[in-house]
This record gives sequence, C-alpha cells and structure tokens, in this order.
Amino acid sequence: MTRRHRPDRATTRPRLRSSPRRDASPPRLRSVPRRDASPPRLRAALAVVLAVTAAACSSSGGREAEEERERAAEAGNAGPPQYTVAFVTHEAPGDTFWTIVRAGAEEAAARHNIELVYSNDPEGLRQANLVQNAVDSQVDGIAVTMNKPDAMTPAVQQAVEAGIPVVGVNSGMDAWQNAGAIMFFGQDETIAGQAAGERLSEEGVSSVLCVLHEQGSVSLEARCDGAASTFTGTIEKLYVDGTNMPSVRSTIQAKLAEDPGIERVLTLGAPFAVTAVQSVADAGSAAQVVTFDTNAELVAAIEAGDVLWAVDQQPYLQGYLAVSGLWLQITNGNDIGGGEAVLTGPSFITSENIDAIAEYAQRGTR
Amino acid sequence: MSDVVEARPGPGPAGTGPGGDDGPRRSMLRQLFLRPETGSLVGAVVIFVLFFVVAGPFRRVESFATITYEASVLGIMAVAVALLMIGGEFDLSAGVAVTTSAITAAELSYQLTLNVWVGVIAALAVSLAIGWFNGYLVVRTGLPSFLVTLGTFLMLQGVNLAVTRQITGTVSTQRISDMDGFGSLEAIFASEWDIGGVRFRTVILWWLLFVAVATWVLLRTRVGNWIFAVGGNEASARAVGVPVAKVKIGLYMAVGFAAWFVGMHLLFSLQTVQAGEGVGNEFQYIIAAVIGGCLLTGGYGSAIGAAIGAFIFGMTRQGIVYAGWNPDWYMTFLGAMLILATLTNLYVKKLAARR
Repeated sequence: MTRRHRPDRATTRPRLRSSPRRDASPPRLRSVPRRDASPPRLRAALAVVLAVTAAACSSSGGREAEEERERAAEAGNAGPPQYTVAFVTHEAPGDTFWTIVRAGAEEAAARHNIELVYSNDPEGLRQANLVQNAVDSQVDGIAVTMNKPDAMTPAVQQAVEAGIPVVGVNSGMDAWQNAGAIMFFGQDETIAGQAAGERLSEEGVSSVLCVLHEQGSVSLEARCDGAASTFTGTIEKLYVDGTNMPSVRSTIQAKLAEDPGIERVLTLGAPFAVTAVQSVADAGSAAQVVTFDTNAELVAAIEAGDVLWAVDQQPYLQGYLAVSGLWLQITNGNDIGGGEAVLTGPSFITSENIDAIAEYAQRGTR
Repeated sequence: MSDVVEARPGPGPAGTGPGGDDGPRRSMLRQLFLRPETGSLVGAVVIFVLFFVVAGPFRRVESFATITYEASVLGIMAVAVALLMIGGEFDLSAGVAVTTSAITAAELSYQLTLNVWVGVIAALAVSLAIGWFNGYLVVRTGLPSFLVTLGTFLMLQGVNLAVTRQITGTVSTQRISDMDGFGSLEAIFASEWDIGGVRFRTVILWWLLFVAVATWVLLRTRVGNWIFAVGGNEASARAVGVPVAKVKIGLYMAVGFAAWFVGMHLLFSLQTVQAGEGVGNEFQYIIAAVIGGCLLTGGYGSAIGAAIGAFIFGMTRQGIVYAGWNPDWYMTFLGAMLILATLTNLYVKKLAARR
C-alpha cells in the first residue's frame, strides 16, 4: 500500500495511477453529509466503506503486483526516449507467445530509452507493408520476424537501403543474412525438433503423436519433421484447428481413443499442451504430454506433473536481445553473433528446473 | 424497394431504368449529398486529418505511397465486390479465391515447367470458372448467396492447402522468379517506379483504372442500370426484361477476375504463395464496400465509395502504427468506422426515400 504513494514515483511517473477504487470513494463520502446530516450514520458508512475496501484488496498478484514489476523494469529508465525502434511480427492477434516476446522487447526499450512501436500482421504482404511503414517513419532500428522470407526480403532490403539497421527475430533463419539484416535472434525450428526427438528416444517410447495447431505453417512442420528425423520410433501428425479449443480437445481425444498405443502427445504450443492434458484424461489414455513453448499455465502444469517437459525457445530473450542488439548497433556500432544467428533455444523445462522458472513465468517473462 | 432503385446515384443519359425517371431536378448540393459515397468521403477526410495531426510520419509523401498501396490491393477486390453487392449478392469466397488463383499460376507453371504466361492465363480461366460456378449456383438454386459462397469458401480453403501440400510437400509454392515470362509479368502486375525518391507501385494505377471502369459501367451504361435494377428488385427487373441470371453470373465472374488480378500481384511481388492466406479478407472487401455506401440489401452503392472504403482501411491500419498506437486497437477502430458508416448510409437512405 505505502509503496504506491512514494512521492518520487508520483512525480516522475504520471503513468502510474493509484487504484480507481479509492480514487472514486472520497467524492462519494463527501457528498453523504449533504443529503443526510446524521454524523453517526456517516461514521458507520465510512467504517463500512473502509472495511470493504480493505477486504477487497488482494495481498498478492493482480494489477498492483504488475505495476511493481513495471517499476522494476523501468528502474534504469532515466529520461525521455532517444531512439525509436519498430518491432514488426507475424503474430496472429492474441497469442500468449508474442505477449512474452513483446514483454522482453518493452523491457529492453525501457532500459535503453527507446520508444518501441510494435505492429503485427499474419499475412506476408501486409507485414511487409508494416516494415515499409517503419521506413517511412524514419525509425532508428527495425526488428522483424521473417516467417515468410520471400514476402519480407524486399521490404527488409528497402529498410537497409534507407540506412536503417535491421535485426531478424524468431523466424527467418535462412533469410536474414540475404536480406541484409545484421543480427538474428531465434531458434532453429529443425534443431529444436531434433532435440525433442532425441529426448523422446532417450525416454524409450516408440509411438508419438505430433499435434499441429495450424494448417500451413512452415515452422510447425519443421518442428515435427525435426523430431521425426532423430526419433527412433514413429511420429504421426495430427492437424487440429488451433483457433477452436473445444475442437482441439475432442480431436486429440478421438485420436487417442482410436490408437491406444500412443505414448507421448507432442504439442507445438503451450495452450495446446494444457488442452491435450484434458484430452488424455477424457480418453483414459496412458499417454503423457510434452510440448514446445511455454506460458504461465504450462509452467503450472509441469509443476503439477501433468506435462513432462517443454522445449523453450525463450521468447522473452528474443524480444529483449533484438531491441538491445539494435541499441548497441545504433549507439556503439556493435553486432552480436559475429554474423551468425544467435540461438535462443532450445532449452528444456522439466520438473527438475521448474522451480526456478515458475516464478518468472508467473510475472509473464518466461 | 423501387424507391431504392430510384435513389441510385447520378442522372446519366441511360437513366430510364426500371426505377423510372429522376423527377424534378434536385439542387446540386442535395444531389451531391445523396450520393452513396458522400458519407465515406467525409469519414475519410476526418480520419486523414486525425492522423495528419497526431502522427508525424503520416505527413510524409512516402507514407502516402505506402497507404495507397495497402489500399489498392484491398481496393481492387472491394470494387468488384461492391458491384456484386449493388447487384444484391455476396461472395464469401473472394478472399481465398485470390490465393487459389496465385497457387494455380505458380504450381501449373512450376510443375509442368511452362512459360509463366501459360500458368497466369490458366489461373484466369480457373478464377473466372469459380466466379461462374458461384453465380450459376446462386441463380439456379435461388439459395442465399451467403450460403452458396460460404460453401465455396470452405472448399477453396481446403483445396488450397490440400493441393499445395500434395504437390509440394510443404505449404507454400515454389519460387518461380527464374522462369520464362516472370520478368514481363512482374512488370505488368508488380512493378514499382520512383518519383523523387518515393516508391509508387503500378498496382495503384490498376486500382484507379478499375474504379474508373466500374464507375463508368455503373453510371453510363445499360449494364450498370441492369445491376442497380437486379439488386433493387429482382422480380420487377425480370419483368421489364433485364437478363437477371446473366447479370448476376457476370458480376460473380467480375469478382473472379479481380481475385485473379490480386492473386497475380501477390505472386509476382512475393514470388511464393502461402497456401493458408486470404482467409478473413472477404469480410474486409465487404466492409470496404459498406463503408463506401453499399447497402447489404443491394440496389444501392458506388465503386468510388468502395475505393474510399479501401483507402480508409489503408489509412487506419498504417496510421495507427505511424502514430505509435498499440495496433491491438485496429479492429476496434475499424468496427466503429463500420457502424458510423452504416448509420450515415441509413440516414442518407431515409432522406432519399422521403423525396
């Protein structure tokens, strides 16, 4: 409670609002005596309001905890933004993965006095237009995902010609150098898939179901194919409609019921792993769920033992490094990686290292 | 519904359609006010001024080129869809039909190692055939076009993915930029030119041309009268001898042609095509047409309005980023625009009906 009223905060950070609950109450109280002049009832009303307000406060989590994190993140921020960086992704709006990437980018921006302009479009042509938009805006640096390399390459080249440093993020491992980007931060999906396949082999299982939550995604296919290339058993692909969770749940359940021999369900995104756990329970199958990527719910599921492990490509790192890398380039001419891609994954999250990570996941950075 | 037909824009020499005469001459100002695109023009000016004030980069000529380009790719489809909507029908398959066309051209050329021109012309045939199929089913069965084209939409979406994966083993087409004919086709569909350091794209000119042609057809030809009549009141249009079936099938084929054109632009500017793209764009075409003054019930609207609608799309999508706002709000902004535009149209329609 007290930390919110620290005077230095109140003066230096206008964005930091005190809770609307209590902003609203004083005027209401002041108006009470005018309508009703009996002081005992006023006092009683005041007591009730105070009691309710106190009881309504949560001692942990919530907006307050979030604001505390923001303050911590902006601790190094000492003045108005000096540079503008555009962050252009192929995010289909509302994916937890990109929330984490963005959190990393925003923290780095805050630390380096950078104004971050985030934009996204899943369609290649429109994403390319957003890069052009950044060039028009004469930003100081551009971080871009090159999920559709052919669509993005000309736009990135335009930016480079305009003298704007560009870094690749997340996808486009094969294309960023050719397009003229100076750094790349991401995970090679095939290598990540291979790591998953090796781990599955070590576990001694022979039948795995790979669940693809999107028809027509090159990077998802690369994960399944990578896993298949190093896995000693058989991997079967199952396509589900990732925008429709109930359908994902029933499709996986039906597949598990049809083939009781399946020992592992490998999902390619955290939300789908959590759903797959339910499908396994519905089908009464003995299969266990493993997955790519993480979010807060998934970390809880690993803690609870519902999900065995997750391949983590550290999305926070991708956002953070991309913006920091641009800052280093702009201010000091540095480049990270010596002309090669900087791999942010794969690393594994298992029951062994989950304790350390759970805390970070809770605040939305893992 | 004949009052709606009567309220169609512009007098025109061929203004003796089924709706009857224009009656007494209205004042210039009133005529201008009653045009379908007026509401969208006001909206466009307001949005332009808004972003011009709040977003520094928006004021640059380069930004204008980017916005116009964004608008043109959407706008070519929106113009065809607007004609179709004036004719009283929908096409939900229009979004994925663009991708279908691009995949057809790319895969046919690549797999059979043909000159790319052959693939492009074959893709035109396929696109027109899809349009014809939609139109024929709508006309022959009398089913709502919403349902018929929803079916085509789903089928094409499946075909795009299934065929691409079957042939290529992946979900995007192979690069065809090193094949014969690519260069000349690229010049037609996806070339760029430089004016004082600002890049403009040919597709913008094509868009303006298509808008001009569509406007001329609507306002100055017998076919234009037919389109308004068919959309306004199909039964009476048929009674006065308008070839309703031909008009509707023709309109669907026009959408097919536009889908082909945009598909070719995508193919020759991106070189490869992602099989899953295009889903959801059909609504953007419809939204652009509605913002531009088209009625969902048909019989009213304009091609220029659809172009302005597309321009509003481009300004909004890019303007939010130029202004540094969170793009999560884009859809909210667009939804508010749509409702405002619809209310304006309703108001104008009431005024028109009162005459």
